[in-house]
Amino acid sequence: MKKITVSPAQKDAAQKDAAQSPLLGLLGGFIAELRTAGLPVSLTENLDAMEAVTHIPLEDREAFKYALGATLVKNHAHWRAFSTVFEVYFSLRGAEYGTEEWGEAGATTQDGQQIMADGGTAAEEEMRNLLYEALLHGDQAMLAAIARQAVMRYANMEPGRPVGGTYYLFRTLRKLELDDLLEQLMEQAREEALSPLTPLEERLERDEFEIRLDELKKEIEAEIRRRLVADRGVEAMAKTLRKPLPEDVDFMHATREEMEAVRKAIVPLTRKLAARLSRKRRHGRKGPLDFRNTIRHSLSYGGVPAEPKFRYPRPSKPEIVVIADISGSVASFARFTLHLVYAIAGHFTKVRSFVFIDGVDEVTEFFEQADEIGEAIQRVNTESDVIWVDGHSDYGHAFEAFWEKYARACGPKTTVLILGDARNNYHASGAWTLKEIRKKARKLYWLNPEPRSYWDTGDSIISEYTTHCDSVHEVRNLRQLERFVESLV
Amino acid sequence: MESGNKFETNKFEFETVDEVRAGLGEVRYLADEGIAGVVYLADRLGKPVLVEGPAGTGKTQLAKSVAELTGARLIRLQCYEGLDEAKALYEWNYKKQLLRIQAERHESRSWEETEEGIFSESFLLTRPLLEAIRASDPVVLLVDEIDRVEVETEALLLEVLSDYQVSVPELGTVEANQIPLVFLTSNNTRDLSEALKRRCLYLYIDYPDIEREREIVLKKVPEITESLADQVARIVRSVRQLDLKKSPSVSETLDWARTLVLLGVSSIDAEVASETANILLKHRSDIEKALKEFSANGETFEASRVR
Repeated sequence: MKKITVSPAQKDAAQKDAAQSPLLGLLGGFIAELRTAGLPVSLTENLDAMEAVTHIPLEDREAFKYALGATLVKNHAHWRAFSTVFEVYFSLRGAEYGTEEWGEAGATTQDGQQIMADGGTAAEEEMRNLLYEALLHGDQAMLAAIARQAVMRYANMEPGRPVGGTYYLFRTLRKLELDDLLEQLMEQAREEALSPLTPLEERLERDEFEIRLDELKKEIEAEIRRRLVADRGVEAMAKTLRKPLPEDVDFMHATREEMEAVRKAIVPLTRKLAARLSRKRRHGRKGPLDFRNTIRHSLSYGGVPAEPKFRYPRPSKPEIVVIADISGSVASFARFTLHLVYAIAGHFTKVRSFVFIDGVDEVTEFFEQADEIGEAIQRVNTESDVIWVDGHSDYGHAFEAFWEKYARACGPKTTVLILGDARNNYHASGAWTLKEIRKKARKLYWLNPEPRSYWDTGDSIISEYTTHCDSVHEVRNLRQLERFVESLV
Repeated sequence: MESGNKFETNKFEFETVDEVRAGLGEVRYLADEGIAGVVYLADRLGKPVLVEGPAGTGKTQLAKSVAELTGARLIRLQCYEGLDEAKALYEWNYKKQLLRIQAERHESRSWEETEEGIFSESFLLTRPLLEAIRASDPVVLLVDEIDRVEVETEALLLEVLSDYQVSVPELGTVEANQIPLVFLTSNNTRDLSEALKRRCLYLYIDYPDIEREREIVLKKVPEITESLADQVARIVRSVRQLDLKKSPSVSETLDWARTLVLLGVSSIDAEVASETANILLKHRSDIEKALKEFSANGETFEASRVR
């Protein structure tokens, strides 16, 4: 094992050497890629990382990764993005730097090599059996070896072919027929058990196998990536894998996986927002002298007003009315906004929420009854009565219906939020209702999840509504949403 | 000597990451690769460590264990809202100063002499940060729940963390004799300032994976059998996958394991699980959800209990 020298006397020299070494060059590219991916890496952190790697032996890939992580990533939500970039930049490295087998961790074990050697001759049937056994016993090294083998055999990767990694992943997984495997494994577990499995045991077994299958999938994905990197080069690969951070994911065009990341990110975000808001409220500036209170307290000092008391300002809490379009394209946007608004409902006197597509329905009680916001949102999607004719957005009719049925919800203390892209399917706009609502309400805001450049294109009639709103905001991702909601309080 | 480092070299001198890991194991703290790696780096680079993660995963314990491992004194600063300089850095002992002035009233001393006398180190009350800086023996400084102080107070720490010095206007700058190992923990209730994050190494301690959790249970609850520990770890992992208000922490897992041992349980079945679920989960809705999830096939725990 080679170990980088760490004695301080040699450090300067080592650093000078390192400046020319390919590792530092690679690190430079790596950090540049992190910055492009949106991670805020400062110059000091960059230098720290460079110093950190001189203390960690390169062969220890895990430790190396954590060393870089500790110096470069200061927010856990960014860890995923970091991981991906790390894998691309450092997974195939090894031979180049005189550390063989570095990227091939796992293959070094006996079992692994066995497979690799036998790989050429092992029949498909045999491979399935091996996979089955490995999954049954949770043999990590074997799984890794099989993943490599499966990619080699089934993915049919062609150099230079311009398809994404998911294409190969799909091909490999289809061949492996993992769906049946889970059931087979469960069967086996049931047979092996001495007594019939209780529901609890059954559930635990299933979780265990699912996790192992998941590991296999990740292993395969990593293998495909390694090969693609070898084929296309680091920069190109990093570019194709670049994904927005959870707080920058566009609500309108998120993939399912990204949506999941956003959903996970919203919980800590709401918690932080709530903490920040209550702190702000408590630590507001001091108000004018409260004469009466001061006199009262002076009694305990024999009539000397030793302890002045102040009147603390109590900012009035607004009432919020949310009117959200929940038709297809903007549904997820409405969901996240409702989530955020209800998470900080304590900062408002009252929150009422309405949803519409072409009809409108009040959903406040879903939120009031439910223990959990997620549950309530689920009910909004399944139980609300929002379809009037055909289930295509009709803002005009929805607003008119709102005005007829729920106009009393708006009063001089109410702030009204309308969520939607204003794509009206060429129906009448019904903009006059907004004018009326604005007259009655304190403020009227419109949040539009579309990029500003798309506004008023096609059937979007946002500007017709804009004239009647106090302001219209572009809210495309969590970051913008958080900023807007904070400004409400 | 390296140019930027004006202090003596670090005191603990771990040789490898594995050594840190093994050492922590000896003081009954099971570190994974990441934790050991960051502690090793912190010692090597002389940088503070910012530890984040869900509650009850051993963030504070890490600092304590490192102190135990290295035989250093642990100095702890518990943060709370309204923490100020006087509580974190230093304070003048004004009562003692008053006494001194009164005692000297009849001697004819000039004001300058008196002032010099009362603003000397013997009238200084050191608070945790200054104490850690001035210590001549090895210390580990733990700044606990840093996210509870206001952003302005956070700035107090910056001088200490980056330059290892404290400025006392009357005395000048107090510099550290040696770099203390610093741990800051945060429950992430707010974003810490960029300036603070930049000065620290970042460590996120998540819930442990199943093998580590099993080892932790075995180590901390020595009376437990291996199979029961395995079962505990597996159930807890499955519970954490549910969408709960509050996932069970490691300390709750340990409480649960201890309870099971006390009850003389040898293997967990549905009945035991439903009776002791309140130790693992602290919200009624969470308990209900978990019990429902783990009694599939339409059979509820209530039903199995009646049987």
